[in-house]
Amino acid sequence: MARIIVVTSGKGGVGKTTTSAAFGTGLALRGFKTAIVDFDVGLRNLDLIMGCERRVVYDFVNVIQGEATIGQALIRDKRLPNLAVLAASQTRDKDALTQEGVGRVLDDLSREFDYVLCDSPAGIEKGAHLAMYFADDAIVVTNPEVSSVRDSDRVLGLLASKTRHAERQDGKVNEHLIITRYAPKRVSKGEMLSLQDVQDILSIPLLGVIPESPTVLQCSNAGTPVILEDKSEAGQAYGDTVARYLGESRPLRFVEEEKGFLRRLFGG
Amino acid sequence: MATRPSSISRVQACELKGAGFTFTVLKVFDADPERIARQVTRRIQQAPDFFKGAPIVLDLQAVPEGDWDLSALVERLRALDLVPVAVRGADGAHEQQARTLALGVLAEGRPAAGEPRPTVVEATPTTRLVTEPVRSGQQIYAKGDLVVVGPVSHGAELLAEGSIHVYGALRGRALAGLRGDRSARIFCRVLEAELISVAGYYRLAEDVEPALRGQGAQIYLDGENLHVLPL
Ligand SMILES: Nc1ncnc2c1ncn2[C@@H]1O[C@H](COP(=O)(O)OP(=O)(O)O)[C@@H](O)[C@H]1O
Ligand SMILES: [Mg+2]
Repeated sequence: MARIIVVTSGKGGVGKTTTSAAFGTGLALRGFKTAIVDFDVGLRNLDLIMGCERRVVYDFVNVIQGEATIGQALIRDKRLPNLAVLAASQTRDKDALTQEGVGRVLDDLSREFDYVLCDSPAGIEKGAHLAMYFADDAIVVTNPEVSSVRDSDRVLGLLASKTRHAERQDGKVNEHLIITRYAPKRVSKGEMLSLQDVQDILSIPLLGVIPESPTVLQCSNAGTPVILEDKSEAGQAYGDTVARYLGESRPLRFVEEEKGFLRRLFGG
Repeated sequence: MATRPSSISRVQACELKGAGFTFTVLKVFDADPERIARQVTRRIQQAPDFFKGAPIVLDLQAVPEGDWDLSALVERLRALDLVPVAVRGADGAHEQQARTLALGVLAEGRPAAGEPRPTVVEATPTTRLVTEPVRSGQQIYAKGDLVVVGPVSHGAELLAEGSIHVYGALRGRALAGLRGDRSARIFCRVLEAELISVAGYYRLAEDVEPALRGQGAQIYLDGENLHVLPL
């Protein structure tokens, strides 16, 4: 049986898809069989970030509607043999996903994989609801700004009430926080919330902090999950995050303001 | 021979079934019916609907032994619209009196096998305890007092007919004394509420003195004024 992990946030554009790609690839690098499923029907872009957009023949909706088997629709990663992507449909509308259909597909994937990541669409409507419904773990992705934190808080409320575990009262979805696009310099200028502020409001365990980094966009354009760019800060931060998820302890990095040239020279 | 369920009603006039119920227990410490009635009345005012016609069990275990009149107490409670249904923990004489008053006598230990087993809850059922954080978009309602251990987020709402206690930061809305109890209060360790209200009198965040924000505070009604005082 696979563990099902939803990557969710409420707000759009905070880094869910970037995180799904990096985290899923990170689990595969550790030897786990991992599938990443794009729930963002109509706005598919996980396949772009994973660099497999030219190999999409069938998608999630085709499988749900019985037009393709899961084996036909899964796109195997060319870099890592134990990693696969199930793309969202770009042409169907969102109502093509049904709870029963999603459940069936996740059951099928659970037989083959150790981890199934569900990359949630933004919002708190049906698509986001279906992405979280079957989850065992939730990764809540937040940017250090007020609107993103509030939306994440709202999503945490839904995780506590609108999931299969909540409905069956057979345990609770494990909640993990990832703060992305963190810019220590802007935090000290007061332009962004600090780690402490975000944790105070959300009060769930912090799994990782990913710094704001131009490498992320470069990687998306190149179709490479940023975690594979292991010289970059963002890549290393995702590596730490996966390690913590697997129970290893890693100190937080890239959360202090980098000292400028003069200050490095003269101390202080 | 199998009997179809629909034919049961013709053969049997009734059926005995074991079932568990939750009762409010009135623990009695003092045999003075007037004192008890006064205290109970105060309680009822906090949640009149909850107590109206509510069946209650009288727990007499803690009453000092002696000669006192159970019927006087039962009468006072009935006058308050409560329905005493049974006693437990009574001494021999009061057990006898309970029987004459047509009240049930509950065994202290486990009821014998086969007997219906009433579930008796000790805790005051009117206090609601919330141990999880209250998130944006969630609403919590308490018929009596409300105790929240964790934080209450912006966009969350606490509604209580009694008082509200919040041990995390209070950032959402808190409305105490929802049915008009003017003695209800709000207590919190970190006051960052969007709105606070007691018995319909309210204040918005911007009407709270800046010096009090982020502090421990209690909020109560004095006449027409909603006071916010540091804790
Ligand atoms: N750590 C980061 N540093 C810089 N840009 C980032 C970072 N994480 C995400 N982004 C950028 O933010 C945008 C939205 O990211 P995406 O993962 O698509 O968000 P979502 O799936 O939540 O809508 C993209 O342009 C992405 O490159
Ligand atoms: Mg996305």
